[in-house]
Amino acid sequence: MWEFLIPLFAATVQSGTPLIYATLGEIMTERGGVLNLGVEGIMSISALVAFWISFTTGSPWLGFLGAGLAGMVFASLHAFVCISCLGNQVVSGLALTIFGVGLTHYLGVPYVGLHAPGFTPFDFPLLSQIPVLGDVFFKHDMLVYLSFVVPFLFWFFFKRTSLGLHVVATGEMPAAAAAAGLRPIALRYFAVVSGGFLIGLGGAYLSLAYTHLWTNGLSGGRGWIAVALVIFAFWRPGRAVAGAYLFGGVMAFQLRLQAMGTHLPSSLLLMLPYILTILVLILSACFGRRIEAPAALGTNIEPEG
Amino acid sequence: MGCWYTVCCTDCPCFRRIKNKKHVHIFLSIRDCRVVKGLALNRMLGYWKLIKIANGEVPMKKLLKLFTVSAACMALMFSLYACGEAPQEKKAEEPAKIDEAVAPTEEAKTVKAGFVYVSPVGDAGYSYAHDLGRKTVDGLDFVTSAFVESVPEGADSERVIRNMARKGFDIIFTTSFGYMDPTIKVAKEFPDTKFMHCSGFKKAENVNNYFGRIYQSRYLTGLVAGAMTKSNKLGYVAAFPIPEVIRGINAFAVGVRQMNPDAEVRVVWTKTWYDPALEKDAAKSLLDAGCDVIAQHQDSPAPQEAAQEAGAYCIGYNSDMSSFAPKAHLTSAIWNWGPMYTKTVEAVRDGSWEGNQSLWWSMQDGVVDIAPMGPMVPEDVKNAVMAKRDELRNGNDICFVGPIKDQNGEIKIAAGEKATDEQLHDMMWFVEGVVGTVN
Repeated sequence: MWEFLIPLFAATVQSGTPLIYATLGEIMTERGGVLNLGVEGIMSISALVAFWISFTTGSPWLGFLGAGLAGMVFASLHAFVCISCLGNQVVSGLALTIFGVGLTHYLGVPYVGLHAPGFTPFDFPLLSQIPVLGDVFFKHDMLVYLSFVVPFLFWFFFKRTSLGLHVVATGEMPAAAAAAGLRPIALRYFAVVSGGFLIGLGGAYLSLAYTHLWTNGLSGGRGWIAVALVIFAFWRPGRAVAGAYLFGGVMAFQLRLQAMGTHLPSSLLLMLPYILTILVLILSACFGRRIEAPAALGTNIEPEG
Repeated sequence: MGCWYTVCCTDCPCFRRIKNKKHVHIFLSIRDCRVVKGLALNRMLGYWKLIKIANGEVPMKKLLKLFTVSAACMALMFSLYACGEAPQEKKAEEPAKIDEAVAPTEEAKTVKAGFVYVSPVGDAGYSYAHDLGRKTVDGLDFVTSAFVESVPEGADSERVIRNMARKGFDIIFTTSFGYMDPTIKVAKEFPDTKFMHCSGFKKAENVNNYFGRIYQSRYLTGLVAGAMTKSNKLGYVAAFPIPEVIRGINAFAVGVRQMNPDAEVRVVWTKTWYDPALEKDAAKSLLDAGCDVIAQHQDSPAPQEAAQEAGAYCIGYNSDMSSFAPKAHLTSAIWNWGPMYTKTVEAVRDGSWEGNQSLWWSMQDGVVDIAPMGPMVPEDVKNAVMAKRDELRNGNDICFVGPIKDQNGEIKIAAGEKATDEQLHDMMWFVEGVVGTVN
């Protein structure tokens, strides 16, 4: 039994990690009141940037940071269109996805099939000695360990720092935030751009740790899963982590069930994550939990004339 | 009519009076309060700090801005469009010019061959293999060739194919299943142009469909894998349960069991042709289940990488994938379109090309083959596999020779018989020794 479960959970942690980064990034953005549907595009372009930097400089850490910066640049494009130009957030986000994926394919062609130095798994000192838990959580690469820390920082940022609270205020009611003397525009820019940084890190994980070689289409729809996970997580970092592991886990589980030789139709197993999403939404509605979306999510701060 | 946010005009700390209703206060912070005219324009251009614009200038400026913005957008779109089309335009234009220059007698000797690919040629995958074939053809002295890559299936492909036909290409290879109907449609409009459609089933007076018996390669790779496995469990990462893929898995399993009757082939469906991360996950799940050789019917080399990381062996597909996993790569089932593409353009040159055919080329024609086996494969295995390869190259299709049982032990191909092409085309069952389902 453990022989089956431990690799399953370890695979869950690995496939959940890019989702954690991307989902937290999207939560950051949406807490500021801006919907960013460009996650898929940002992830794929930053995966390419991470690969390219790591390939040319030989330093995966530089690639990791570069991917974050690329995410910031792309997110600031979205921020400029939505916040400064008052463009439609849905349209801008979709455009960003199409643009990002297309640009990645165009720029990525010369690198297809090449190897770049990336993050390799190592046993975390001491902690990897713990039975079961050590095998599941502490035999991965550096970016996975980092993803254990980020949600706590994230939680601390939103609950315990004034900047985090200001961002939440902007997402709830920009008018009130402005009346309180805050600068909602700057705060929204901050939310979108720093969210883009986190999404970019998710992209970097795909090309630096998940695989070490470049192929087009690396993001493979994970950006969209992240967007769905935000709702699944009710905009909370803890639930986001749980959701990311749940989605990653169900995917890993169905592949493993097939590998074990069970005779369940694989199409049915592939539906599992989506059935779970619907179930969670229905259950949370039944038990009276409101979906606590930021009140001003998706609406621009428009000057009333 | 109000100021920014909740503070109304009279509360505005700058204490400026509004005389004209068209003037509106905007303040971003207490220090920065401005009186602005023409708010409609402000909103339209989406600028925060639009400062006084005289009434008369507004429409002119508005038009000017609109014009500039739309011109910039169009320029951007056009340049992107031009970028995407560049390879085709450049290469397709060239022969067209040559065509005008040379005398008609000489023209009859040259063959212009066009290729349409569904994915970029640089991905070591399916289109890459076709492009290697094109390069072989291009090396012939009587052929000029051009290709268009990353052409989406459907309406776009029809436009690209028609464009090629119009530019006077003699023969056009359309290499993806989804190009089938567009090819047939364009072929009707250009009866003098010859078309070759890969992997479909429709044909016409000037259209042939063609494909290769890649299962023969898979059978050989199965022999190698069966000899190399120690755990007697082999993993197969597969895309979609369609006859083409199932046939490959069956041929692989037959090969494996000939070398090792106790071995089993475990199949994991990914339900995608191309998702590197998912393919790698699928390979890992097979490795975790105890498989020590990973084969694939997927277009990315990710499963190879997973096998190498786990210290297992792997078998590639499409082209020689040894560069992706040098320590693990046993061999690959590969496409080698060069010889048959050469024969096809020669037939076009000589006027002996015939339409209305369904061609299913085999190892005898050289279209499918296996990559050189890795250094870890023992000599005796290499020799045994090469002996079988020689048989296949001599035209003896030894892959599916009865008795072949399905998963339930029922005999599907009787002893001594060979599978017919019809049986191969409709293969929707697994042979004995495969663990998995076909749905």
